[in-house]
Amino acid sequence: MRTSHVKFYQTGTFTVGNRLLSETERSVQSTLERTNALNSGHRACQGCGEALGARYAIDAAMRATNNQLIAANATGCLEVFSTPYPETSWQVPWIHSLFGNAAAVATGVAAALRVKGRTDTRVVAQGGDGGTTDIGFGCLSGMFERNDDVLYICYDNEAYMNTGVQRSSATPPTARTATTQAVGPEPGNVFGQGKNVPLIAMAHEIPYVATASVADVRDLEAKVTKAMSMHGARYIHILVPCPLGWGSAPHDTVKLARLATESGLFPVFEAERGEITDRRTIRKQVPVEEYLRLQRRFAHLFKPVLQVDVIARLQAAADRNIRRFGLHGQGEL
Amino acid sequence: MLKQIEGSRAVAEAVALCRPEVICAYPITPQTHIVENLGQMVKAGEVDNCEFINVESEFAALSVAIGASATGARAYTATASQGLLFMAEAVYNASGLGLPIVMTIGNRAIGAPINIWNDQQDSMSMRDAGWIQLYAETNQDAVDLHIQATRLAEELSVPVMVCVDGFILTHAYERVDIPTQEQVDAFVPAFEPRQLLDPAEPVTIGAMVGPEAFTEVRYLAHYRQMQALWLIPELAEEYEQQFGRSTGGLLRSYRSDDAETLVIALGSVNGTIKDVVDKLRDEGTAIGSVSITSFRPFPAKRLREVVGQARRVVVIEKSLAVGIGGIVSTDVRMALAGAGLPVYTVVAGLGGRAITQASLREALLKAHRDVLERLTFLDLRHDVIHREIERLETQRRSGPVAENILRQLGSVADHIG
Ligand SMILES: Cc1ncc(C[n+]2csc(CCOP(=O)(O)OP(=O)(O)O)c2C)c(N)n1
Ligand code: SF4
Ligand SMILES: [Mg+2]
Repeated sequence: MRTSHVKFYQTGTFTVGNRLLSETERSVQSTLERTNALNSGHRACQGCGEALGARYAIDAAMRATNNQLIAANATGCLEVFSTPYPETSWQVPWIHSLFGNAAAVATGVAAALRVKGRTDTRVVAQGGDGGTTDIGFGCLSGMFERNDDVLYICYDNEAYMNTGVQRSSATPPTARTATTQAVGPEPGNVFGQGKNVPLIAMAHEIPYVATASVADVRDLEAKVTKAMSMHGARYIHILVPCPLGWGSAPHDTVKLARLATESGLFPVFEAERGEITDRRTIRKQVPVEEYLRLQRRFAHLFKPVLQVDVIARLQAAADRNIRRFGLHGQGEL
Repeated sequence: MLKQIEGSRAVAEAVALCRPEVICAYPITPQTHIVENLGQMVKAGEVDNCEFINVESEFAALSVAIGASATGARAYTATASQGLLFMAEAVYNASGLGLPIVMTIGNRAIGAPINIWNDQQDSMSMRDAGWIQLYAETNQDAVDLHIQATRLAEELSVPVMVCVDGFILTHAYERVDIPTQEQVDAFVPAFEPRQLLDPAEPVTIGAMVGPEAFTEVRYLAHYRQMQALWLIPELAEEYEQQFGRSTGGLLRSYRSDDAETLVIALGSVNGTIKDVVDKLRDEGTAIGSVSITSFRPFPAKRLREVVGQARRVVVIEKSLAVGIGGIVSTDVRMALAGAGLPVYTVVAGLGGRAITQASLREALLKAHRDVLERLTFLDLRHDVIHREIERLETQRRSGPVAENILRQLGSVADHIG
C-alpha cells in the first residue's frame, strides 16, 4: 500500500486523513476491530510515546496475522508499565525474559512454532533503545545474521528511561541525561558517539528494515503490515518521544515526533536486503531549533546563553540526513 | 545396544533419543563434541522434527531455549565453564519462569587463570540458580541421567543440568549401553507444557512481581525441588525396571554399611575413590563412600541415613569456595548438623590436576586417624606457593601471580610423567 499520495499537509495533521480515505485504506487505529493489543490501564506516564508506538505496532501486527501473534519483550519501560503483577495489559501471548535477550527469545519462539507446524503464528520481539542498541545488540545481530523469522521492533526514546533517564548509544549529542549532565565545558551528551542501528541492520542485508515515528500512524502501520507479509529477520525502529525523559509536555509527544522527522534529525525510510527502497520526504524542513526548544533535555542550548555553534552542529547533522537519505525528494535513492 | 563410543557421542545419542525439538549450541571445550554430534544428527535428518540453531553466545543459546520452551517445544542446550557464567542471567531466568529445559554441563574450571580442564567450579557457581543438578559418575550414568532428566524436568516444570566431568567423561571412549528409541519413548512421554504462549489462549509470562508475591513465587521454586527429592528416586526405580540399570536415585553408597569413615564426592572421581576404598578395606580399614547424584535438591535426609553410625566424613571437592573452603562440605555439614561428626574438606582436582589413588589414600588414612586438617588441598605444591608468597611480601609490584608461578615451574613438559 502506497501511502504518500494523499496530501495530509493540507490539514496540518496526519491524523485527520482517515476521512479522506476509502475504508480499506484507513488506519488500524481508526477501526472498531482494532485489538487494543496494549490495553488501557497500564502504568505509562501521560503522553508516553512508547505506549503509543507499541499499541500502533502490535495492533497492526495482529491484524496482519489475523491475531496469530506472539510477542517477546525486553526489560524496560514498556515491560514494566504493561505488566504490574498480577495485571497485564497485553492481549497477545507475551513473554518477558531479560533485558538483553528479547531477539534470542523470539528466535526460540519462532523455532518452536516451526517444529510444531504452527506456520500461521508469527512472532514479534520488542524493546527500548537500550535493550536494542546496547545490551541486546549481540542477540539482535545474531538473530539478523541467521535471518530468523522475527520482526524486531525498537521503541527509541533515546535513553534508558526505566532506570531514570541514563544515556544509551541512541542518545543524541548534547542531550542531557542523568549520566550526561548539563554541566562542564561540553554539557549534555558529546558529539561523535552513538550508533545507527537501522543502518547496521541494513548491513546484515536482512529482508526488511524501516524507521517510523508515532507522528505518522498510517506509515507506521503500513510498515508493520509489510514486515508481517515477509519472512526472515525484519527490523523496525520507531521514534517514541518520552515526556519524562525529554522534559517535554505530554501533549507534545506527537508534535515532537513530527518535528524530529520534519527537521531531518530522524530520517524515515525503508530498506530491503540492504538497499534503501523508500523514504518519507520532507515537504518543508523545519529548523532543528523548533524541535529542541520544546525539550528541557536541550535547555542548556538556549539558557543562559544561546549556543549558536552547538545548535549549528545539530542542524548540520539534520542537513546531512536530508542529503544522505534524499529526504527532499530529489535525486536517486 | 552396547557401543564403544566417546562420552560426548553417548550423551548426544541419549539427548537425541529424548526427541528434542529445539537445540541451541555455542561451542566451548569440553562440551563441543556433544553439540557437534547433535548438529550432525539433526542435519542428517536422524532426529525427527528438530531445529538445531547455531547462536552467537551462550546467553543467546539459553535465551533461545527459553523462548522455545515457553512455546511448547522440548529445548536442549549444553555448555561449560565460562559459557555457563556468560549465560548466568538466563540460567536464573529459565528456572524462575519454570521452563523445563535440559542442559548438559561438561564440567570445567573457571578462569582466570583460563584453564580448559576439569573441575566442578562451573556448575557449583550455579548451585542456587533453581536448576536441578545431577552429576554423572560414568558415561553410562550420563546417558541414563539425561533420559531421566528430560522426564524429571517436564514433570516438575523445572530445568535440569546434567553435569558430566569434562574430558574425564566427555572425551573418554568406553563401553556404553545406548537404549533403543522404543525404550526411551516408553519412558519419556511427549512434552505437555504447564504454560504455553498460544494465541488461542493468550497468557503473560514474566510479569513484574513485587514484595507482595515474590517470596511465594520463590518458595514454590523450592517446593518443586523438594518434590524432586521423591521424584528422582521414583524415576530411577522405574528406569531400572525398564532399562535394567540403576542410577541410584539421589545418591549411591559404596561399602558404607559398617564404615567408620565415609568419603563423599560428586561425579567421576567416585571411580577412583571406590578403588581406594577397596584397597583400604582389604587392609582392614572400615571405610566406604557416597556418590551424590542429586546435588540440587540436596539429599540431606538420604545422606543422614547413609552416614548412619560413621564417625567422620571426608568430602572430596572439585571446587573451592574462596574464603571458606568447601562448597559441598557446607551442605554436608548442614545435613549432618547435630550428629557431631567431623567433616573434612579435601579440595582436589582443580583445573584438571589428576586425583591419584596414592594421594587420596594418604589423605583418607589421615582422616581415618583424625589427624587430617579440616581443610586441605590435595597435592598442593607448598614450595611453589611459599616462594610466591615471599615475593608478594617483599615486592610491591610483584606482577601477575599465575604468570609468576608458571615461570617458577618452567615448561609444562618438565612436569609430565
Ligand atoms: C542486565 C541488566 N542490566 C540492567 C538492568 C536495568 N535496566 C532495566 S530497564 C533499563 C533501561 C531500559 O532502557 P531502554 O531499553 O531504552 O527502554 P526504556 O525504558 O527507555 O523504554 C535498565 C538499564 C537490567 N534489568 N538488566
Ligand atoms: S518514562 Fe518515558 S517511556 Fe517510560 S513510561 Fe514514562 S513516558 Fe513512557
Ligand atoms: Mg529507552
